[in-house]
Amino acid sequence: MHIPDGFLSMPVIAGTTAVSIAACGAGVIRAKKDLGEQQVPLLGVTAAFIFAAQMLNFPVLGGTSGHFGGAALAAILLGPLMAVLVMAVVLVIQALVFFDGGITALGANVFTLGVTAAFVGWGTYKGLLKVFPKGRAGLLGATAVSAWISIFVASGVCALELSLSGTVPLDVALPAMLGVHSLIGIGEALITTAVVATVAAARPDLIPALSREPQGVTA
Amino acid sequence: MSKKAKILIIGGLAISLVLGGVVSYFASSHPDGLEWVAEEKGFLDKAEENETQSEMAPIPDYEMPGIESDFAKVSIAGVIGTLLTFAVAFGIASLIKRRKQAATA
Repeated sequence: MHIPDGFLSMPVIAGTTAVSIAACGAGVIRAKKDLGEQQVPLLGVTAAFIFAAQMLNFPVLGGTSGHFGGAALAAILLGPLMAVLVMAVVLVIQALVFFDGGITALGANVFTLGVTAAFVGWGTYKGLLKVFPKGRAGLLGATAVSAWISIFVASGVCALELSLSGTVPLDVALPAMLGVHSLIGIGEALITTAVVATVAAARPDLIPALSREPQGVTA
Repeated sequence: MSKKAKILIIGGLAISLVLGGVVSYFASSHPDGLEWVAEEKGFLDKAEENETQSEMAPIPDYEMPGIESDFAKVSIAGVIGTLLTFAVAFGIASLIKRRKQAATA
């Protein structure tokens, strides 16, 4: 879902970039407060994993492919603001080193795939944790649903950006983007759940919802 | 650094390197969701390629330039990208942590 150059208007670029920069600033402030001994390597490993997993396009119906996003995963492990930082690092490297995602669209891509996906994913996750049964099953259920929703909503926001830019009408872009990403979101849910299950088994202390002394769980 | 942190880094990087350096070769080359929608709904031609960006990018489109093997050019791109992303993210996090310690000391 990396937006190339040429799809977005100046006002949309300016607005989304401003929010992304503010969110990254807030991410640094949050990190200054919350970053514990274990979160420093976790932040690095999470970013590296998201970069690598984003290379793995899986086929979706009808000649389309999708790939992992990772914002929900990062938010579950590190909280939404540090997740934005992680996504920004990945997206900047993809744009500058790998020519993936437009350079003028970088702020919009951080807004869509970072800010939107991280906060929607995290909000859903926190809400579902309260409703679902305690323990691993509830945790993994909340993880799967929030990962799917993070991609679904992000694709809707992407359609909104495109229509606000006059690139394509909303009634054309929105159903198409939501439709294909409702399928891609299944991949997102599977990968995110697999990773969270692995971390929960190997290092439950790294999942704030499982550890007794929560770190980095507040927005 | 604690033993736990070292295991996390080695384990996490090992998995990521296998994904980025090996599995990436088998990735689907079909257009992704947005690209497909753009094609289907007729606005793909509005995409512009920034020349400076494409010229400055050392590994455009996740293929290492100057490598012939189809496997190796993607694999090297994936390994470099994974390690670079780790280094940048870990570096930023370490910097923030160090400034936090300096502020509280």
